[in-house]
Amino acid sequence: MGLLNRLDDPYEGGGIVLGKIEELLNWGRSKSDWYLHFGLACCAIEFMAMNASHFDFMRFGTIPRTSPRQADFIMVTGTVTFKMAERIKILYEQMAEPKYVISVGSCSNSGGPYWEHGYHVLKGVDRIIPVDVYIPGCPPRPEAFEEGMMKLQEKINKQAIFNKRKLLGTE
Amino acid sequence: MTEIKRYDLEYSQLDSDRMRINVGPQHPSTHGVLRLEVEVDGEIVTEVVPHLGYLHRSFEKHCEKMTFPQIIPYIDRMDYISAMNNEWPYVMALEKMLDVKVPEKVEFIRVIVAELNRLANHQIAVATFGMDAGAFTPFLYYFRDRESIIWILERLSGARLLYNYFRVGGMAADIYPGFKEDCLEVVKKVRKTNEEIMDLLIHNNIFIKRTANVGVLTPEVAINFACSGPVLRGSGVKFDLRKDEPYSVYDRFDFDVPVGVGEVGVVGDCWNRNMVRMKEMEQSCRIIEQALEMMPEEGDVTGGVPRRIKPPKGEMYIRTENPKGELGFYLVTNGTDKPERLKARGPSFVNLSVIPEISKGYMFADLILILGSIDIVLGEVDR
Repeated sequence: MGLLNRLDDPYEGGGIVLGKIEELLNWGRSKSDWYLHFGLACCAIEFMAMNASHFDFMRFGTIPRTSPRQADFIMVTGTVTFKMAERIKILYEQMAEPKYVISVGSCSNSGGPYWEHGYHVLKGVDRIIPVDVYIPGCPPRPEAFEEGMMKLQEKINKQAIFNKRKLLGTE
Repeated sequence: MTEIKRYDLEYSQLDSDRMRINVGPQHPSTHGVLRLEVEVDGEIVTEVVPHLGYLHRSFEKHCEKMTFPQIIPYIDRMDYISAMNNEWPYVMALEKMLDVKVPEKVEFIRVIVAELNRLANHQIAVATFGMDAGAFTPFLYYFRDRESIIWILERLSGARLLYNYFRVGGMAADIYPGFKEDCLEVVKKVRKTNEEIMDLLIHNNIFIKRTANVGVLTPEVAINFACSGPVLRGSGVKFDLRKDEPYSVYDRFDFDVPVGVGEVGVVGDCWNRNMVRMKEMEQSCRIIEQALEMMPEEGDVTGGVPRRIKPPKGEMYIRTENPKGELGFYLVTNGTDKPERLKARGPSFVNLSVIPEISKGYMFADLILILGSIDIVLGEVDR
């Protein structure tokens, strides 16, 4: 499916790979995603464990950035309160296109345990910014982070860059 | 003895411009979502105003609406790095109110899981403090070791971070076979890594230059601000609730209360606060070893849990020694199965209030280190 898999059977012994330029760009984009880590609560601690030696998040080619302008995707890990929601919106708008959002944990997906009585908790970060991948769990295991990252890579790989109408299905 | 690098400027003579800088709420070194409004003169901090409320998750409101056993998961989410220690005082308060006798084995399991969690908490504290000073290796080493602690707690309770393991009058589940061997293995690992970290980080010359004589908290100020835990002990005040007001079975163990003595720098600086955490890890290892030996083999762990928890009308204040300091719960009941009010006295919140006092007159880069040495968790500050 991927571009590199085709290298295994070289095209007529010449070491040539035929593909679309989109595939090449998507291959590059999906394998070096830089992220803006938006650590908010408990999930951020699990994400620290994910970043550390045992799970090693950087093998996905991700590098943590502190500035939204250098980031490809934003990782919202934790409870989003009303006071914080404003900041997330600002930082999301500062990011350059194409940009993606991963929502980590029950709180960020839907409000989680604070859904019913949390008068200061935003019931899901997707109410203010569009979310691409939801990772469930309270907090999610590091394996769930890996799965979520792989889902995002899949999504990027399928994306059309030049003919966006084709993606939207309006052509 | 080197002199303390605290700058005291005469503003009337210097005629310099002061600038207000915003740090946070989303900043990698604020240990959460703390926002600091800092006034600087050149590079020297003249005023710090912390702004809170970015993680206010309406803890007390939930306590009004939930029944007593349902509250335990919300208490986990207060200080999410040391969830086991958090559950303990709440459960203890209810046990005292209901007059429930806790079996011997349960008390020992509680001590062991609390001390294991204290190890995990101090590992994160020292690791992130090292990161603030620019050392990345301790972070990797400590998180490698922390995994083995997390695995034990996961096998006990089923969760990696937020356990919900304590019950009124017992525990959610019994220990698994091979628990003792796993704990001893962890203790061995922690000791070995601590030795390495002592060489790599604590006695590293660069680290000493960055942290010694910085953020000096005198004992008087610490007591006036009601600091507790390693922050207070780093200033040389010997106060530990496990020793001074022994709860559970802590009076049966032989352990010391480490205080800052000023091997490097002066008593109460960032280096000494950090050193207290390193020494406390050793004491926790000792407690775990003794508790494993003294723990009775037989005993009903889950049997004593009452079906319906309905304490009589009254009020109760219980405090225990959290890894970050004194955690107290003020519980008011009205005779129903829901509390009238549950107020938490979080150590992080109280310890944070000392930041404006001790960071004045230091460099801006030192402010990050001072914040790291206080070891706060914003889930507990905002609740």
